[in-house]
Amino acid sequence: MSSWKRKDLTGLDELDADEITFLLDTARAFKGVGKRSLKKVPALRGKTLVNFFVEPSTRTRTSFEIAAMRLSADVVNISATASSLQKGETLKDTALNLQALQADIIVLRHSSPGSSRFLAERLESSIINAGDGAHEHPTQGLLDIFTIREKFGRIEGLNVSIVGDILFSRVARSNIFGLLKLGAKVTLVGPSTLVPKSFEKLGVRVIHRIDDVLAEADVVNLLRIQHERQRKEYFPGLGEYVALFGLTKARAAKLKPSCLIMHPGPINRGIEIDSDVADGAQSVILEQVTNGIAVRMAVLYSCAGGAGVPS
Amino acid sequence: MKADPHISESTQQMVMDAESMEKAIRRMAHEIVERHDSLNKLVLAGIPTRGVEVARRLADHIEKIEGVRPYFGTLDISMHRDDLSTRGRVTALEVTRLPMDIDNRPLVLVDDVFFTGRTTRAALDALASFGRPSIIQLAVLVDRGHRELPIRPDYVGKNLPTSLEQKIRVRFENLDSVPDSVFVIKP
Amino acid sequence: MKKITRIVNGRVIDPANRRDESADLWIANGQITTAQVGEATETIDASGLVVAPGLIDIHVHLREPGQSHKETIASGTRAAAAGGFTTIVAMPNTTPPADSAATITWIKEKAAREACVNVLCTGAISKGLKGEELAPFGSLFQAGVVALTDDGHCIQNHEIMRRAVEYARMFGLTVMDHCQDYSIVGDGIMHEGEWSLRLGLPGWPRAGEEMIVARNIMLAELCDSPIHCQHISSSGSVRLIREARARGVKISGEVCAHHIALTDATLAAFDTNFKMNPPLRTQEDIDAIIKGIADGTLTILCSDHAPHASYEKEVEIDHAPFGITGLETQFAIFHDVLVHQREAIDLPRLIALFTSEPAALLKLDRGTLGIGAPADIVLIDPRLDWTFDKDQSASLSKNTPFHGHNWRGRAVRTIVRGETVWSLPT
Repeated sequence: MSSWKRKDLTGLDELDADEITFLLDTARAFKGVGKRSLKKVPALRGKTLVNFFVEPSTRTRTSFEIAAMRLSADVVNISATASSLQKGETLKDTALNLQALQADIIVLRHSSPGSSRFLAERLESSIINAGDGAHEHPTQGLLDIFTIREKFGRIEGLNVSIVGDILFSRVARSNIFGLLKLGAKVTLVGPSTLVPKSFEKLGVRVIHRIDDVLAEADVVNLLRIQHERQRKEYFPGLGEYVALFGLTKARAAKLKPSCLIMHPGPINRGIEIDSDVADGAQSVILEQVTNGIAVRMAVLYSCAGGAGVPS
Repeated sequence: MKADPHISESTQQMVMDAESMEKAIRRMAHEIVERHDSLNKLVLAGIPTRGVEVARRLADHIEKIEGVRPYFGTLDISMHRDDLSTRGRVTALEVTRLPMDIDNRPLVLVDDVFFTGRTTRAALDALASFGRPSIIQLAVLVDRGHRELPIRPDYVGKNLPTSLEQKIRVRFENLDSVPDSVFVIKP
Repeated sequence: MKKITRIVNGRVIDPANRRDESADLWIANGQITTAQVGEATETIDASGLVVAPGLIDIHVHLREPGQSHKETIASGTRAAAAGGFTTIVAMPNTTPPADSAATITWIKEKAAREACVNVLCTGAISKGLKGEELAPFGSLFQAGVVALTDDGHCIQNHEIMRRAVEYARMFGLTVMDHCQDYSIVGDGIMHEGEWSLRLGLPGWPRAGEEMIVARNIMLAELCDSPIHCQHISSSGSVRLIREARARGVKISGEVCAHHIALTDATLAAFDTNFKMNPPLRTQEDIDAIIKGIADGTLTILCSDHAPHASYEKEVEIDHAPFGITGLETQFAIFHDVLVHQREAIDLPRLIALFTSEPAALLKLDRGTLGIGAPADIVLIDPRLDWTFDKDQSASLSKNTPFHGHNWRGRAVRTIVRGETVWSLPT
């Protein structure tokens, strides 16, 4: 029987296929909890979880919060504005303080790549990466993969296209690492400035015409275009982006009927995805949100248990 | 016959073979039938991994005896245990499968070995989040003694006094690729 | 009694004088001298060892004035001695920057009191290292600087760089440049390639260095005056410098030990001790640099010794300062990689790259065992296998990626003006 021996989840790049499958299987068991009348199990009773968000994120934080509550953990939320990071304290010192406050699990969202790993190496608490800069967002990657596996029953051999700003996307990276390990064929689609050809060294295909992937795709995962903070030298404007890469009605019509349309949210209606397409039958965007709770329960449960393993 | 190639024969002793297991399970099935009127409402909930197999066989026998197959389900209790961080490793969870509504239905929890009673307690906690059965009973293939809680099984395949250091190993051919058997393993 | 030292039984390698022979070396009055009539008062047995001119590192950050929590002239020169270096050239990015004669004088006076090896100074090219106005080269020259550089910074305005090179020519000073195009590099912190994509870290592409190397080649040609490109990291830079030197352009390039020992893949654990500027690159770059050293394109080896306190380095990788220590590890790394493993050059050439070559570049009266030269000498055991322990380092800072690394060859004794300033504890 497979087992889990890690105290932290800092990325999918460092996991092997068995470990990813373990988390997906565990998440499947936890998904049932959300359907019960009493949506709570005592597994993490008495544990303290700190949502430590140094970058704002309501969605991910709320999802972790619900997951932790369903596992009976006590939850504290700390955001950047409330934390002392702005008073010049280093991340290390802040985290040591959280540990001194006897946090069993720290869920970290931070703008620096590697920040979760930085804490994981220095703290006894379990560290769960909820997004570290452009590096990884492993629970989002897992919930995307979970959703795909739930629909197709497998990952191996599926054609998954990830569309958009890959260069700055931690969601894309976690998807790429996880999907490749489980045997999917991954294609990255987007402007050549945001999807440089050298991504192919990671084992994916890079394509700059979305129309070339529509007919073959089993999954189209659309990333949010961060136009509000996007540096303008990467592409000329949103209008041109929609024309070249937006999943319009016309493009969606060319997808296989079985093709899933995914988006990590929050969506920009009419930009990376047409509004009707986002609400259409092939869209699993809201299922992703629901599955996120089960996946995060599985991660919290596994890492809290894995922390007891003598290394 | 060897039950486990990794353990020498001198440290293990077979206490049930395929035939005695079959008999014991059939007898438990008869006892369950005797004590339940509405078998079509009965739920057999196996506790993973081998409790599920015992429950499946009980359901088969009941169906043979009465022509009615009770609902056969799975109840994973791992997430209801309170010793997560002391268990040493986390093992994969099984998906819990129970009827949509267990309220006012008779339910029999099924496990392979009854020991301290803590697993059963966790199972009772778990059931509480699904509903309120009319009655909850417990069926086990082997009762090895050493209860630590005021819980005792209603149906027992075999009472087997053991010492605390001993281990009980239940094997099913369809799961373990060795003949059906129960072994006591001495430390 | 007059002190006379005789180093016996060693292999004397003195590239400046084309010597490589078994011979004794005599020292009197702090100078290399001819065989003395009479008895030596001190005899050093160099059996199995190489006797060479003390090594020269023209790229060292001593951090004084202003950053003595990272390093001091005293601690930095002790680290130099432990690495076999008898002369080091201090970079000007101190606090305040070494852009005035007063700061140079302060450093030289402090070094005279506290340094155990020779400390030479560079002056800043621009006031405050801001890349806007020229520093006073004339008074810096009079104060004794041996070169000009804005190291750590790069003058982006080509006109200012041109005038700096032209003006420096009047004093015979070499301009040394940290080659980095700011607009291309942006906030890049590691080599732009597979690993920066994998780790989500901002990339620092080769072109960011190569553009400025190309600029410097053009300006050196235009001004007919030397420009030295510091810490070359990219294969393209090697190619540019090779082509330019073949045409007779006064351009030169130097190599740091870490740039031939480590690749960008070592950033995978986000360890800030692998973060330096320019960044670690790929095996292709390492191979090109080694080829450039072997064929004479790159003529200077150095450490870019850049100490930082642990609390400064132990932060998120994008907040951490660039740089690592290197005075105590560089000779062993270069020897192990270039001479022992890759056989790209022989031991006499390695010693030349650390002695006669930097002396020629900066017109120093060092790096030679010629009669009358200062008795700055290093004894090297080229067969000694050893393991680096950062906790034994003489540097105040321990920001090194090489803790626990094994190499073949190291300095075992360092002699400055005839006095042993360091020897390997036995």
